[in-house]
Amino acid sequence: MNTNLKEQELIKGLALNEKGAIETIYKDNFAVIQHLIINNNGSEDDAKDIFQEAVIVLYEKAKSGVFELNCQIKTYLYSVSKRLWLKRLQKNNRFELLANGVEETVHVEEDISLHEKRDDEFGMMEHAMTNIGEPCKSLLEAYYIHKQNMQEISEAFGYTNADNAKNQKYKCLMRLKKLFFAQYKNGNKNG
Amino acid sequence: MDDIRLLEMIERYLQGEMTEEEKILFKELRRTNPDVDQKVVEQHFFINQMERFNEDKKFRASLNEVHEQLLAEGNIKPYSGKSKVVQLWNRSKRTIAVAASIAGVTALVISAVVSSLAPKTDKAQIENLGRKIDILEKNQNHTRRELSDVKNKIEIPGEPAKFGGTGFLIDTRGYLVTNAHVINKAERVSVQSQSGVELSARKVFSDDSLDIAILKIDDNLFKPLSALPYAITKNASGDLAEPIFTLGYPKDEIVYGEGYLSAKTGYKGDSLTCQISVSANPGNSGGPVINKNGEVIGVLSTRQTTAEGVVFAIKAKNIFKALDDLKKDSNNLHIKLPATSSVKNIDRPQQVKKIQDCVFMVKGY
Repeated sequence: MNTNLKEQELIKGLALNEKGAIETIYKDNFAVIQHLIINNNGSEDDAKDIFQEAVIVLYEKAKSGVFELNCQIKTYLYSVSKRLWLKRLQKNNRFELLANGVEETVHVEEDISLHEKRDDEFGMMEHAMTNIGEPCKSLLEAYYIHKQNMQEISEAFGYTNADNAKNQKYKCLMRLKKLFFAQYKNGNKNG
Repeated sequence: MDDIRLLEMIERYLQGEMTEEEKILFKELRRTNPDVDQKVVEQHFFINQMERFNEDKKFRASLNEVHEQLLAEGNIKPYSGKSKVVQLWNRSKRTIAVAASIAGVTALVISAVVSSLAPKTDKAQIENLGRKIDILEKNQNHTRRELSDVKNKIEIPGEPAKFGGTGFLIDTRGYLVTNAHVINKAERVSVQSQSGVELSARKVFSDDSLDIAILKIDDNLFKPLSALPYAITKNASGDLAEPIFTLGYPKDEIVYGEGYLSAKTGYKGDSLTCQISVSANPGNSGGPVINKNGEVIGVLSTRQTTAEGVVFAIKAKNIFKALDDLKKDSNNLHIKLPATSSVKNIDRPQQVKKIQDCVFMVKGY
């Protein structure tokens, strides 16, 4: 019960991007995953990549609020990492996993495919954001992420009035959308 | 200017900054104007995407920070697994020795069984189904056709094709998909429609690891189609035992084949491909594998020579992968895959009649 509560706290912390929670999860689990990856043809970097991706899957699940603790964080991360690594090996036409069934695993297929979709979208937004350039990027971030109002923005960016800033923001948003949706529609059949 | 005002309105609405009265008016506008409604939905979706992107980016940054920090503090270490492996080895030496000898015996038994089933074991297990056209036979055909088809103005190129396979349209403007192995040795490619018209084509993309190539028909005789009858979607992976059919050119004429999806992975568990049970011969490579709803679930590629009726198809989602790679190379190329099938719920001969015009023989010279 006690460990269960502790795990729930960790997951809540993870969802809020709290450094303490990330640290604990990292310390408790990294070595096991590192062992798994490196003993299966992976490198130091692969281990870091796969572990972090697994934590991101857990984070996404925690944020969606549906993470039921039907298994320990340890088991979950191990299962996700194993599946992710297997996929990557297969993609590169490499070998089967050697470590078979030593550790307990749980079913994570759906979580991973959800994650893949989000990861694709992350990549698309990243691509769009890097390609709109400045000052568009900062302008949009100021408004949509840092929630500054148009008056503040027009002063910070040196526009003569808020209407001009608004006009510019509109143009930037349209460009960003275009860049994003161009990839989105090509990548997603549900477009 | 109006669009800017509308966006501002939508944003105020989404951020809950409208007064009750404004809200009622705006909701009415949404209800009566589908265009506005669509814009609200799109804006909402997009804002969510942006916010999520930002949060995810922060989270990824935290992960890296923690990693560096723990590494510096020595809480996590670069891997030095040797000693552990040795320990493990010492501990389980006996078990492993026993297991190894059992495995050895099993392997012997299996190889004996396999060799009795397959006398030609030294041959490659997998055979590409590209067609190396027998030049002699082709020459014969060629002469025969020249003699009998004088009236018929079908253009026969002076030299016979060296490689052959199948390809099918993925875009109404003449983009086809086929296997990379069908054309990768060819200096020049052309395609031939099921009615016998040969059209010149060029390779626009080829990836040997996916075994997918994309061709473009470059010929005035080709008329872009209004729509493709089948659908090509990422998620159409097919269910086990689902009936499927194929169309291809193992000979000079289009041939129909019917079977079922027998495994979701291909040769030795390869996840890029799936296994189908259908009769396929050299020349079938690159043909579409279609389910009863008219959705392309794969591209027929190889067969196992040591077993009868074991054929592998590259899953349809790899076409998307190929297109993504292609897009990186050429930015202004927009290939739009057909998203819906227009041959759902009609009987098979009718389906085939509609589909066969989109399936071409691919010839390499």
